[in-house]
Amino acid sequence: MNAYIYICKRILTYFTMRRDVFQAIADPTRREIINLIAQQSLNLNAIADNFEVSRPAISQHIKILTECGLIVIKKQGRERFCEVKLQPLNQVADWIEPFRILWTDQFNKLDNVLEGMKAKSKKRPRKK
Amino acid sequence: MITKNQTTFKVEPGKQELFVIREFDAPRELVFKAFTDPKIIVKWLGPKDLSCRIDKLVPGSGGYWRFIHTDKNGNEYGFHGVCHEETAPERIIRTFEFEGLPEKGHVVLETAKFDELPGGRTKLTIHSVYQSVMDRDGMVQSGMERGTNDSYDRLDEIFENELAK
Repeated sequence: MNAYIYICKRILTYFTMRRDVFQAIADPTRREIINLIAQQSLNLNAIADNFEVSRPAISQHIKILTECGLIVIKKQGRERFCEVKLQPLNQVADWIEPFRILWTDQFNKLDNVLEGMKAKSKKRPRKK
Repeated sequence: MITKNQTTFKVEPGKQELFVIREFDAPRELVFKAFTDPKIIVKWLGPKDLSCRIDKLVPGSGGYWRFIHTDKNGNEYGFHGVCHEETAPERIIRTFEFEGLPEKGHVVLETAKFDELPGGRTKLTIHSVYQSVMDRDGMVQSGMERGTNDSYDRLDEIFENELAK
């Protein structure tokens, strides 16, 4: 019975702790971190030097970004470098795709309608 | 070859709002008319494979509207709302609710702004505010299963229009 409760708790923790890429980029500091290390891999200290927030706070952001798969940490000697992985961000682009298609279609139709309206108003000029 | 005007989407994660921005090669009065004249609205509103008809429309500030989209199989999707403000030719503020949701009351507040640009062009900015992040994300993701096929159809349509010119 105890084992059962234990497993349930673990599952619950897993779901509440589960990170996704949307959560990763919801925070402006995390977006800045990604921009920063997209240009070159940096170690934690070098990253923290670019921000006014505390080092533990930056460390926490990096932990979240790692859990979402946007950052991998590579050891080089005694240094640990953060390297960006942009692949997971594709999920975000895919995410708004249907919405994008709907609006793009509508607006392309509207372009044609407006062309028709313009042609009509040229034919029969109305006084203003 | 005519370059289509690009649509810009500003959908930031974790927010209850979104922006849709688009420019048109037409004067502001015409674009505003296309958004408010029922005879013109039905020509462009809605997904390309659905037909659009107006069930109710009382125009102007304090008015209300209900549109129905119908697919090939005769399924109907209703949308309705009220018009809070309609100031020609610059601004429309209205509510929007999709009737197909499992529960009523998920209302969106939409502000459409029409800005004049040089050369008889117009910039449209639609700002939508949802009741929750979940509402917004649900709306953005709806229709996920269609999509890719649509874009090929759309290409065909664009080519056809180009050829007809």
